[in-house]
Amino acid sequence: MPLTQWYRVELSEQPSPTRGEGASTTTAPAFALGRAMTLAVAAAPRRWKKPPLIKSARLRWGLGLGVAVYLALALGTTEVNWNRVWEGLPRGAQFITAFFPPDFTSRWGEIVDGILESIWMAVVSTVVGIALSIPVGIGAARNIAPAPVYYFCRGILAVSRSFQEVILAIFFVKLFGFGPLAGFLTLSFATIGFYGKLLAEDIEDMDPVQAEAVRATGASWLQWINFGVQPQVMPRMIGLGLYRLDINFRESAVVGIVGAGGIGATLNTAFDRYEFDSAAAILLIMIGIVMALEYLSGYLRRWVQ
Amino acid sequence: MTVAINGGAKVWQRRDRRTQFTVWAAWLAATAVFVYCFQLISDKTIWAFVLDAPVQAGDLAARMVPPDWAFITQLGRPIWDTLNIATLGTVMGIVIAIPVSYCAARNTTPSVSLVRPIALFVIVSSRSINSLIWALMLVTIVGPGVLAGILAIGFRSIGFCAKLLYEAIEEIDEAQVEAVRATGAAGAQVTAYGIVPQVLPAFAGISVFRWDINIRESTVLGLVGAGGIGLQLEGAITTLAWTQVSLILLVIIATVIVSEWVSAKVRHAII
Amino acid sequence: MLRIKGLTKRYRTGDLALKDIDLDLPDGQVMALIGPSGAGKSTLIRCVNRLVEPTTGTITLNDTVITALGGGELRRARRRMGMIFQEYALVERLSVMENVLSGRLGYVGFWQSWLRRFPQSDIDEAFRLLERVGLDHMVDKRADELSGGQRQRVGICRALIQSPELLLVDEPTASLDPKTSRQIMRLIKELCAERRLSAIINIHDVMLAQMFAERIVGLRSGEIVYDGPPSKMRPEVLTAIYGEEDWSATIRKVDETEEAEEEEADNVIALHDVRQPHRDRMAGLT
Repeated sequence: MPLTQWYRVELSEQPSPTRGEGASTTTAPAFALGRAMTLAVAAAPRRWKKPPLIKSARLRWGLGLGVAVYLALALGTTEVNWNRVWEGLPRGAQFITAFFPPDFTSRWGEIVDGILESIWMAVVSTVVGIALSIPVGIGAARNIAPAPVYYFCRGILAVSRSFQEVILAIFFVKLFGFGPLAGFLTLSFATIGFYGKLLAEDIEDMDPVQAEAVRATGASWLQWINFGVQPQVMPRMIGLGLYRLDINFRESAVVGIVGAGGIGATLNTAFDRYEFDSAAAILLIMIGIVMALEYLSGYLRRWVQ
Repeated sequence: MTVAINGGAKVWQRRDRRTQFTVWAAWLAATAVFVYCFQLISDKTIWAFVLDAPVQAGDLAARMVPPDWAFITQLGRPIWDTLNIATLGTVMGIVIAIPVSYCAARNTTPSVSLVRPIALFVIVSSRSINSLIWALMLVTIVGPGVLAGILAIGFRSIGFCAKLLYEAIEEIDEAQVEAVRATGAAGAQVTAYGIVPQVLPAFAGISVFRWDINIRESTVLGLVGAGGIGLQLEGAITTLAWTQVSLILLVIIATVIVSEWVSAKVRHAII
Repeated sequence: MLRIKGLTKRYRTGDLALKDIDLDLPDGQVMALIGPSGAGKSTLIRCVNRLVEPTTGTITLNDTVITALGGGELRRARRRMGMIFQEYALVERLSVMENVLSGRLGYVGFWQSWLRRFPQSDIDEAFRLLERVGLDHMVDKRADELSGGQRQRVGICRALIQSPELLLVDEPTASLDPKTSRQIMRLIKELCAERRLSAIINIHDVMLAQMFAERIVGLRSGEIVYDGPPSKMRPEVLTAIYGEEDWSATIRKVDETEEAEEEEADNVIALHDVRQPHRDRMAGLT
């Protein structure tokens, strides 16, 4: 309790008749008088201003100035060829009108192949990625892994997370040739980074008491993971797995741009040839599938719980 | 979980027979789907290349060391551009995401039957399309360069931020809003006093989180001509300048790690 | 004077929450509304300031027909009615002062409130109220740092700074311990007496209702089944409101506490004679 508060309680509790302890009322007038005088002295109007978020004025102004300078520099150094933008606007309008109606028919065969390939890649890479990320994730949890294992696994996660899928895809295509295998490996590797990190964080946040109770029964390490750790992290991990499936499907569309299979290649060709109505069709199908996946994952999550 | 009496002894099983069967069936179906999908992928793969891959990898790795350190002088500008694409794109995305999320949240939307579905559609379309595809589209429209990158990142961020933000708005404590409304406050005041303070921490967290993701995304936009360090990467790969490639990769790792650190610090300070 | 005539509320789910309620509340009267959960107590007070839209019936507050108002007029009517909530319903991430000042939102424009530039008279009043409830040293604390009793007192300040003609109080003690509950009820009663405010207090605790209210209205499944002074509360009455149960213990205890309360009331009068400011007693509530 802060000092001032304590002081108030002390002051008022003594003479207060409301406690019903038969406190003597004779002390009250003298006390009340003293209190009234203090109040009279403090009666000048008190101003109030909302206290600023950042206490130090120098830091506050410094940050504000820094942000302003950065924005000015960033906007100032952004080179925009306004003539080109102006010329492109009709093309933008053309692209928007291509959605009404989109052209599903003329490249239907390629679209179906691409979409199916994307779906396979998403499914397989999610399964393999999650399977691989479980040991890595457990190893990257500070509270259960020994230090050398911890740093090694954290290293894997950092590398996997630093590179955007497309950069990884470029290298996998170089090594394994064009086609969905490169895309599958890319997405699996990216899944390790995503899922492993979240798993590690979840394990670090778990309730140590429950885990300790299981260990106290004399369980072996694997039994301990199975009974003490797994039940705590499982529900969230299932949800995240479905979410990663959704991400992998969306990413499978871009790794195709660098030749790693999936719908991306078809989309890229459509843009290159300015076939906006086919591109619109592909985009709409993708939006539809993502929506369906989202719905499905919501349903599955409820079913699992 | 079930207990059966079997010859006088209680037998405990984790699941009853029916549930057990469903679980097995689900596993079987999942395994079949997985094997089938993998089969299809493997059909499209030239396995000779795959067998050759370890040799190729060793060869590539040998050609990538040591990194061409002198090349770093030419990377200053691309890094600055990458940073700007991520930051300005995030700002743009957030500014648009605020009204969209307000319209999408069930408890603040002006109309559940008309405005909300539109807002939700905006969110889904923005989210389903990767920023690289947004960039692909925008490069054909506004031309190659940083502007296409900023717009691509911005468009992609709208859906992400608006989705998380509208979920945060739907989770607020309605009692606090009701209390502000009971004082006779006007609609805008109810929002400013009842809703904004409740979602502000989530808002700040989401913005920083997205900025961090956007740094990573903007490193590849150059591959399709939308500015940033990806342009250099593309150039170095096509000219087979592998020592430059390795330097660029190192720079990207460093940038991403620094941005992750900054974002973690800022989020920690806010929450 | 608040006059409720023929008030009926049917929710969209089909539940009939209030059935043709007639109720008059004279100025300066503190009325307790008791009844089991789901009897319609909350709905009734929320119909008065139209946080819940009544299905039929009229509500009149000092010649304003509240049920006929729309938009801006309704907001102006709302600021004449202060409301105190069950779980305090403070905006938790705003400071104590901002929460109190939010009671003035109906009186200031949007930008003024957005920039927190309230008139000095409002700020003076806020300080006066916070001092009155003994919280003036916590002005810039965030609401979620306060204890339950402190939060409820901030909630009371927020209602009073509206300069209301009527207080609507929804389960003010539901989340407080017994001692703090009494202190809060006493504070509400005193403030109503000081400002000649009438109040409707929804309350679960029959004993507290008997101790602090001048009039008790019992509600059961949307209908008034008792309306009278606390002294007439008998086991039959409680049975009518809550259903069959042994009520004798509740009543007996009430009688005892009533006596204690009367003594206490005498003491308050004695204190008034020596002009002890109320705020001194209230300052002790932490």
